[in-house]
Amino acid sequence: MSNHLQVAQASHFYQQKSTFQNLSFSLETGKIACLLGSSGCGKTTILRCIAGFEPIQSGQILIADQLLSSPAKVVPPHLRQIGMVFQDYALFPHLSVGKNIAFGLHQLAATARQKIVDEMLELVRLKGSSDVYPHELSGGQQQRVALARALAIRPQLLLLDEPFSNLDVELRERLSIEVRDILKARNMTAILVTHDQHEAFAIADEVGVMNEGRIVQWDSPYSLYHEPANRFVADFIGEGTFLPGTVVSHNQIRIELGIVPSRMNPDCCVGCTVQVLIRPDDIIHNDQSPVQARVTQRAFRGAEFLYTLELDSGAKILSLVPSHHNHQIGEKIGIQLEIDHVIAFKKSST
Amino acid sequence: MLKAFLQNSVKSLAIFSIFMPLAVHAGVDEVVVYSARNEQLIKPLFDAYTKQTGTVVRFVTDKEGPLLERLKAEGSNTPADVLITVDAGNLWQAANSGLLQRLDSTIIQTNIPAHLRDPQNLWTGLSVRARTIFFNPKKVDAKSLTTYEDLAKPEWKGRLCLRTSKKVYNQSLVAMLIEEHGEAQTEQIVKGWVQNLATDVFPDDTKLLESIAAGQCDVGIANTYYFGRIVDKKPNFNVKLFWANKGQKGVHVNISGAGITKHAKNSVGAKKLIEWLSSKDAQNLFTDKDMEFPANPAIAADPVLAGWGSFKQNLINVNKAGERQSAAVKLMDRAGYK
Amino acid sequence: MHLSRLLILSLLIGLITLLPIGVVMSYLIYPESAIWQHLWAYVLPEIISNTAILLLGTGVVSAALGIALAWLTACHEFPLRRFFNWALILPLAMPAYVTAFVDIGLFDFTGPVQTFIRHHFGEGIWFPPIRSTPGVIMVMSLSLYPYVYLLCRNAFLSQGARITEAGQLLGLTRNKAFWRLALPMARPWIVGGVIVVLMETLADFGTMSVFNFDTFTTAIYKSWFGLFSLSAAAQLASLLVIVVFGLLIAEQYFAGRKRYHTPLKNMSPRFTLHGRTKWLALIFCSSILLFAFILPLLQLIYWSAQVFTQDFDERYPQFIWHTVLLASVSAGLVVAAALCLALTARTYPNRWFKAWGRLATLGYAVPGSVLAVGIFIPVAAADTYLINFFNAQFGWQGHSSFLRGTLFIMLLALMVRFMAPGFNSIETGLQRITKNQEDAAKGMGLFGWQLLRRIHLPLLKTSLFSAALLVFVDTMKEMPITLMTRPFGWDTLAVRVFEMTSEGQWDRAALPALGIVLVGLLPVFLLSRHQEN
Repeated sequence: MSNHLQVAQASHFYQQKSTFQNLSFSLETGKIACLLGSSGCGKTTILRCIAGFEPIQSGQILIADQLLSSPAKVVPPHLRQIGMVFQDYALFPHLSVGKNIAFGLHQLAATARQKIVDEMLELVRLKGSSDVYPHELSGGQQQRVALARALAIRPQLLLLDEPFSNLDVELRERLSIEVRDILKARNMTAILVTHDQHEAFAIADEVGVMNEGRIVQWDSPYSLYHEPANRFVADFIGEGTFLPGTVVSHNQIRIELGIVPSRMNPDCCVGCTVQVLIRPDDIIHNDQSPVQARVTQRAFRGAEFLYTLELDSGAKILSLVPSHHNHQIGEKIGIQLEIDHVIAFKKSST
Repeated sequence: MLKAFLQNSVKSLAIFSIFMPLAVHAGVDEVVVYSARNEQLIKPLFDAYTKQTGTVVRFVTDKEGPLLERLKAEGSNTPADVLITVDAGNLWQAANSGLLQRLDSTIIQTNIPAHLRDPQNLWTGLSVRARTIFFNPKKVDAKSLTTYEDLAKPEWKGRLCLRTSKKVYNQSLVAMLIEEHGEAQTEQIVKGWVQNLATDVFPDDTKLLESIAAGQCDVGIANTYYFGRIVDKKPNFNVKLFWANKGQKGVHVNISGAGITKHAKNSVGAKKLIEWLSSKDAQNLFTDKDMEFPANPAIAADPVLAGWGSFKQNLINVNKAGERQSAAVKLMDRAGYK
Repeated sequence: MHLSRLLILSLLIGLITLLPIGVVMSYLIYPESAIWQHLWAYVLPEIISNTAILLLGTGVVSAALGIALAWLTACHEFPLRRFFNWALILPLAMPAYVTAFVDIGLFDFTGPVQTFIRHHFGEGIWFPPIRSTPGVIMVMSLSLYPYVYLLCRNAFLSQGARITEAGQLLGLTRNKAFWRLALPMARPWIVGGVIVVLMETLADFGTMSVFNFDTFTTAIYKSWFGLFSLSAAAQLASLLVIVVFGLLIAEQYFAGRKRYHTPLKNMSPRFTLHGRTKWLALIFCSSILLFAFILPLLQLIYWSAQVFTQDFDERYPQFIWHTVLLASVSAGLVVAAALCLALTARTYPNRWFKAWGRLATLGYAVPGSVLAVGIFIPVAAADTYLINFFNAQFGWQGHSSFLRGTLFIMLLALMVRFMAPGFNSIETGLQRITKNQEDAAKGMGLFGWQLLRRIHLPLLKTSLFSAALLVFVDTMKEMPITLMTRPFGWDTLAVRVFEMTSEGQWDRAALPALGIVLVGLLPVFLLSRHQEN
């Protein structure tokens, strides 16, 4: 499959400050990508550059091998055939849902328009709401209308800017999966921008983690979690703590809790100190274990407790334990490592 | 919640009550004046009166219409002792509405000529405002000028400038014409004026005079004090004054005057004040600042005004200006004089 | 329990504002047939057509100016945009009749422009007459467009840029997106502003006098001052009130069920203008500001300099203080009252409460002096009653007034007059708060005063500021009510202007007029700083 969207060496400046530099990524047709990062990392600006609202100061943006943005030329947004779902939906409040969805279809005849509107309403499961006004809908319903409106024009690319941030937490995961299904059903290429990793993981095929205007790692969600390329990604994705460790051999590291297998960076020689990433699911509860840790914090999550434990050395680790093991703060519990391999970074690596 | 609300309300009322004036009068003798004559003209006058007699004068200024309505609404509770206006019509209206009481004073009857006082002695004029003809000497020979009425003749077509009929001075002028000539003839005169207009009527006399100077029209009718003000700043002003109706009844005059309010609390003090205003101590003070003529014929006018030459005042009682004002306004509407 | 307090307060406020109007309308009971016959035959036909043309022209031109300028400064970036953002509000601080007088003085036959042309090109060159219907419309629009500008800018700032972008991605050019989306969505703000413009135009007397343009209001004053009949004047004013009320209700009816605000979390950045459009925008904004504010200001400064030594005395700080005090307290009071009415209309979404709010704004369309009388009559009557009561009960003598001459009554009177700009601004602002937001807050246990403070007030900040600004500048320019209700010896700058202009001494009036403009700069600055944040 060819690269549908290509962003090559793009840079953007605003008032002498760089928003992002030398950004490159590409996306195949039908894939859903996500740009993940905290606010201010430049992810929304990239989206706006792709949409054509902002120019880029260097590099190129192409869709289906057609040049859309370069320092010399910017194709105006209304000619790009790109759809966008804004964070606050930006529905037109003075038009009905049906008219909102039909808005981009003015060049079609009325019957053709209506057909598409009905099709879209069915797709987002809002059948029969054509004459309702946006303010009469709930947040989740409004978001679906925004999606329908963007998809109605059959865009070659769909952009979504933090689409779930206005919704309740419970709704988000469910809607993420729904949106993914809708996009996949139409083989729609899409880029989502968010700061919420759960959304990213639920909806995207590929995720680019961004920090200060650069893509730090571009990978599948699974790989990001299990094989973070550097300390920043490891910190950002999922939960975990770092324990100091010493390299024992080319695939073993000693930490306070014992020897663990690792996939080592060949840079580091035997004896050097490293930081080892321990995820909560790496520590399990074992009453028989000689290794004890004291509970310093606990967070009830329904099926599990997330305990923050303090080891004898004072180091903190996290442990996800089935919630029928109800321990109080200050108690000591027995733990053991359950690890395939760990990720470790040299002390100063970021 | 309710307690806080009540506490706040009490606090607010307390603050507002600070603003309440002390309505109880002090022992000092004082006179309260409602004046349509502006503050900058009357304050120096009242200050001089206080200095001379010790009586304090409190006053409030406003347009005449609102002042009269205020007096009506206040009824017997009005604090006003004296009403001062800048034209006769409103004094007539005040008298007509029963807002004034008799001003029987030999001093005033001696000082002020009869045609400038109410026949029923309810008010008196204190200064005279003459409204006469002005012309561009380069375009008009003074010999061709005669009367207001003649300005309606065809030879003046396209050469006349007038001020709007909405201003009371023109209403008084037309009212006097009605008194002299009757409505039918006056309507012909006014229609003639309208046909002779060089341009739309002006909102004020100053602009009118400047238009004559600039050549937009050749002749116009205005109050002398506007002329005086301009000449004071521009001595070479290209407009000259002509005293109208020399051969007839004379120049139309209006007055700025005063009366005692019907429910005055200090009618004695009021009378004293008005008498003082008509006397030689005050007349110049009253008129000079505004370039008006003293109503008291014994008092000499400001030298600048005297420089315009003497003129014959139309001796029809100025109360006719009020009596005929309504008819005058309607007449001007009919004649299309805006 | 808490909500019904709101209701009672609203009813009280409405009654206070309606009382003077009721007094004015009570004159309808005995029509003055002689005067009406005359008016009908010779006066009314022309003034009705004049007034209609004036309203139409001023409405359209001020709306066009206000919308265009708001669109430019809210959603575009061009040189000096930040300056124009607040500077374009400045004409509010300049009394309209001053602008009229200056512009006429500049462009009339005797003015410098035509004199210059005559000197260099001889007589006979035609020059468009400034004292004409287009002239009045232009001057009124230049003075009043800020009402539309201010409200419209709120609309565009809050949703203009984002909606345009959404439209662009649906196939519209920026231009088309403005006409098909941004503009229709700003309808309530535009209408709110235009209503205030029209009401102020209807009630205007000062500017019409300077132009000598015959409108309904000049006929009202002719009846009162010329024909000595307050009843005829009040009857005409009542007709005016009825017509205005009808229009307000009609507008409400047509607004219908639609909503015009979409809750947006953050604004899209402004669109930068380049090349020719950039300069056109700059020239456009500059010209408007020039004719609406800068030229009149320069003329005022010139005249003030000439009379300064003569007129500026030790009382001036007092005049300035009185002006500021009156204007700011009035702004606070009116905004609070308007908020009360607007919240009631929203809490009880009932036609009657909406209409009640509208009724309370009618004082704005009544010519100032007539309304002043309408206020004064009940106040004087109340005073008479109180005096007699206290005299009979306690033997208090010598009081001639309890209510008259207090700031309290002045402020209530100003509230009656200026409810309209306050209410319209806040009502459109309330549209921003969605039912969802309110329900969410109520679900968290907030209600009554707390709900107001924590949800409504923060979201309404911009509208409240706009409302306060509008009432502030209107109060400081106001004359008839100030003249009639002020305590003895308590003058404001507007009163000083009255003293000078009533005898045609415009150059001396320039000094206090300049004072008014400078005082008006204060809230405009404050508002602009708040807006930029």
